[in-house]
Amino acid sequence: MIRVILPAHLQTLANAVKEVEIEVDVPVTQRTVIDALEATYPMLRGTIRDHGTLKRRPMVRFFACEHDVSHDPPDDPLPDEVATGKEPFWIVGAMSGG
Amino acid sequence: MSGVRVLVGTRKGAFILTSNEKREEWDVTGPLFAGWEMYHLKGSPVDPNRLFASQCSGWFGQTMQRSDDGGKSWEPVGNEFTYDGVPGTHQWYDGTQHPWEFARVWHLEPSRTDPDTVYAGVEDAALFKSTDAGQSWKELSGLRQHSSGHLWAPGAGGMCLHTIIIDPNNEDRMFVAISAAGSFRTEDGGQTWKPINHGLKSEWELPDSDAEVGHCVHNLAMHPSRPDVLFMQKHWDVMRTDDAGENWHEVSGNLPSDFGFPIQVHAHEPDTVYVVPIKSDSEHFPPDGKLRVYRSRSGGNEWEPLTKGLPQEDCYVNVLRDAMAVDSLESCGLYFGTTGGQVYASSDSGDSWAPIVRNLPAVMSVEVQTQS
Repeated sequence: MIRVILPAHLQTLANAVKEVEIEVDVPVTQRTVIDALEATYPMLRGTIRDHGTLKRRPMVRFFACEHDVSHDPPDDPLPDEVATGKEPFWIVGAMSGG
Repeated sequence: MSGVRVLVGTRKGAFILTSNEKREEWDVTGPLFAGWEMYHLKGSPVDPNRLFASQCSGWFGQTMQRSDDGGKSWEPVGNEFTYDGVPGTHQWYDGTQHPWEFARVWHLEPSRTDPDTVYAGVEDAALFKSTDAGQSWKELSGLRQHSSGHLWAPGAGGMCLHTIIIDPNNEDRMFVAISAAGSFRTEDGGQTWKPINHGLKSEWELPDSDAEVGHCVHNLAMHPSRPDVLFMQKHWDVMRTDDAGENWHEVSGNLPSDFGFPIQVHAHEPDTVYVVPIKSDSEHFPPDGKLRVYRSRSGGNEWEPLTKGLPQEDCYVNVLRDAMAVDSLESCGLYFGTTGGQVYASSDSGDSWAPIVRNLPAVMSVEVQTQS
C-alpha cells in the first residue's frame, strides 16, 4: 500500500483523512500514484493535475523522502521508501502569499 | 411558514442565512467549504432544494458542488470545463493574442424549467451548459467563436463571463455579459450570439468609444415581467435598454458616481432599480465613506440614497457584481454583501437596513431564495 498525505483543502473535498492508503500498480511513479488516487477519489480529478494535459497544477508540489520531486518526470520511479509504504508521498499546496 | 434562504459566497467559504418572512431573526450556517473561494451559489427555480456552487482555489483549481437538500449536504460534481475544438486566442493586456485558458466559474444560472439544466459563465470568457445536474459540462461555443472573439480582452479581474439572464418566457433567449467584451444575446439557446452594445460609450477606456465590443459591462438586471427591458451597471455609466439590447441609453442621472458593480430590479416594481455607487475604477469604495444604496423608482435617471441602517462614515468597502439580490416576498427584501464581510438586509424595499452578519470573509456573491 502506498501512503499519500493530502493537503487540508483536498481532505475536505474528498471527505478523507490526512493520510490515505491506496493500492498502486508497479512501477510506483507520480503518474501511477495520482492515477490510483483519482480512481479512489474521483472528486480529486482536476485538482492536482489538469484535466486533459494531466500536467501538475502550478501551485501543487510533490514531496518524497524530504525531497521536492515536483519537477521530476512523472514516469520516473519514486523512492523505494515510498514504493514500500515506509514513507508517504506528500501532495502539498505550494507556499504562497505574503 | 414563508421565509428566505440567503446563499453567500465568500473568499474563504460559503454561508447560508435563513429567516422567516419578517427577516428579523437569522440562523447562520457555515462556513461550508471552509478555505475555498466560493464565487457563486444559486438554487434551481424549479427545485429550490437543488443548489449549485462554484468552489475554487488558487492551488487546486475549480471544483463544483451540488446539494439536493437545500444545502444540508453537498456532493462534488463535474469540474471538467474543456473548450470546444481549438480554443483560439483573444487579446491580451499587452495587445498580443493570448490562448483561451480556463480559470474558474464565476456565475451559475440554473434553468427556469429543468432542474437538471444549469449554465456556467467562466473565465476565460465562455458559456457552458450541463443537462445532468452538473455532472458534465459542454461549451456553447458559438459565443466564444463569435467573429469578435479575438478582440475581447480581460478586465482587471480577468476575462470573465459573469452575468447570465434567461428570458422567463423563452429559455432559448439569453443575455450574457463579459468583462471586457460587452453584452451578447442569443435567440437559439446559445448556438449563435449577437453583440448588443449599441449606445454604450467607453471614453478613456476604448480607442473607439462606441465600438461594437470591448466594453466593460459589470452587471445586467431584468424584471421577469419585462424581458425586453434590461438595466446595466457598466464600468462607468448606468444604462437601460427597452428593446432587448438593440439600443442602450444612459440613466445615471443624479447618482454621485456612476461607477459600480451590482444592479438589481425590485421584485414587484419593474421600474424600481438599485445600484451601489463607488467612487471610481481605482477607488473601489463608496463616495465620502458613506455606504449608500441608490434607488430609482422611475426606471433610472432619478435616484435617491438609501442610508437608514447603513454606515455613513468611515466606510470603505466594496460590493461586488454578484453580491446583491432581491427576494420576492410581498414586502420585497434586498440583500447585499461587502468586501468587508458584512451582509445587510432590508425587508422594506431598501427603506431601512440591518446587518445579518458583520464579520464574514470578503463576500463575493449573494443570492436569495424565497420560500412561500
